[in-house]
Amino acid sequence: MKHQVILIVLLLSGLTAMPALAQSKFLTRTGTISFFSATPIEDIEARNEQVGAAVDVQSGQIAFTVPMKGFQFPRSLMQEHFNENYVESEKYPKATFSGALVNWTAAALPATGPQTVQVEGDLTIHGVTKRVRVPGTLEKQGNRLLVKSKFAVAPADYNIEIPALVRNQIAKSVDVTVNLACNPAP
Amino acid sequence: MISISTLWRVAGGLAAVLLLTPFNTKAQDLLNQLESETTDSLRREYVSATFKGTRVINGHSIETPGKGSLVFLISHRFGTLNSGAYEFFGLDQATIRLGLEYGLTDNLAVGVGRSSLEKTYDGFVKYKAIRQSSGPRPMPISVTLLATSAVSTLKFEPQPERSTTSRFTYTYQALLARKFSPNLSVQLMPTLVHRNYVALRRDQNDVYAIGAAARQKLTKRLALTAEYYYLLPGNTADDYRNSLALGFDIETGGHVFQLHFTNSQGMIEKFFVPQTTGNFFDGDIYFGFNISRAFQLKDSK
Repeated sequence: MKHQVILIVLLLSGLTAMPALAQSKFLTRTGTISFFSATPIEDIEARNEQVGAAVDVQSGQIAFTVPMKGFQFPRSLMQEHFNENYVESEKYPKATFSGALVNWTAAALPATGPQTVQVEGDLTIHGVTKRVRVPGTLEKQGNRLLVKSKFAVAPADYNIEIPALVRNQIAKSVDVTVNLACNPAP
Repeated sequence: MISISTLWRVAGGLAAVLLLTPFNTKAQDLLNQLESETTDSLRREYVSATFKGTRVINGHSIETPGKGSLVFLISHRFGTLNSGAYEFFGLDQATIRLGLEYGLTDNLAVGVGRSSLEKTYDGFVKYKAIRQSSGPRPMPISVTLLATSAVSTLKFEPQPERSTTSRFTYTYQALLARKFSPNLSVQLMPTLVHRNYVALRRDQNDVYAIGAAARQKLTKRLALTAEYYYLLPGNTADDYRNSLALGFDIETGGHVFQLHFTNSQGMIEKFFVPQTTGNFFDGDIYFGFNISRAFQLKDSK
């Protein structure tokens, strides 16, 4: 009888511990990632507002999933080339990132103002995974968690082949901007 | 009978799992969780780039220029290959069509063109009615509707009975296509060509044909294409040949080069559907090319 009581108490405590921890998780499905490639010949800019992201401020884990077809270009032909020739969206429909905040303690997140952080993890684009470390900021704003980051990606690192004919029109290194407003996970 | 202590151990293990799992969560698990929660399968995805250009070879493909995009199209057919060395195997001759196409929306396009053959002007409206998609309520095929009119501006021979309306020809097509894989696309084209005027009483004013076309990509930028129009039985089918064309699509940046061999000299429906005379297998083959260049006049998004 005594054992059963302990058992129930343990089970209950285990169950109640879950939601308490889950609240440290923030989610969005409508995050924005844009990229910009500047060359003397042509500027190319695209924006994706279908980014899924999860941040666990307790453990410092971060994950992204980016549907490649979600990138919108000002020129429809560019968009077609991007999907068909460069990132091969039908073969590799998503880019993902999974990593963690470097030297993170949950207490480091201030009540107001952005907190500068470093994130390290695996970035997968075009089926190629690379270990990257990028800077960013986290900011608690009311209920939400704002995540911002700016970094550069070299298409060549991810086996994205650019034909000689247009090589001068696409930058060697593409600037990526991440902007997320995550809500507490339900 | 399970002893209390066994139960205790199981429960303890279970509780430990429940308690510890959140702490053990690795980023990969967070990603997996995220993937399951974002449920991308619930998003409708349209299939794009079923064909490389707005033409397969002679005929239209289901593609239209994107919104705000102006496409300049130069189409060229040399003479027949079997015309011999004196004619430089056809390269001494040429017929040409210059065309402009504009995407009013991503689904609706208009175009104009002018062929040197019979000094013909043509105009068309093209509408993507159904688009192949995956996700919820997937659509297996794309359907594009095409209506064209063409007017010949050749000076009349002294034929007093001919009026201006007799110069017009209309074509209606439903283009049904499916992209089976990133490399293989197939298209069917039920076609009606209505000619206001035909030279002989036995000629048909309405000519029905069924076209079939395919594209097989060989590399990312090179594709093989084939196109065939089968004339439904009738006098036109008895007097003329079915149009056959084989070609390559070569893609560069903003250009698409299409090189091909066909037994049709004309580059609009009124010529290649009911008026093809060449016998492909006797060497009545016109070598030709289409070059298109897209200019974005307005941002599409």
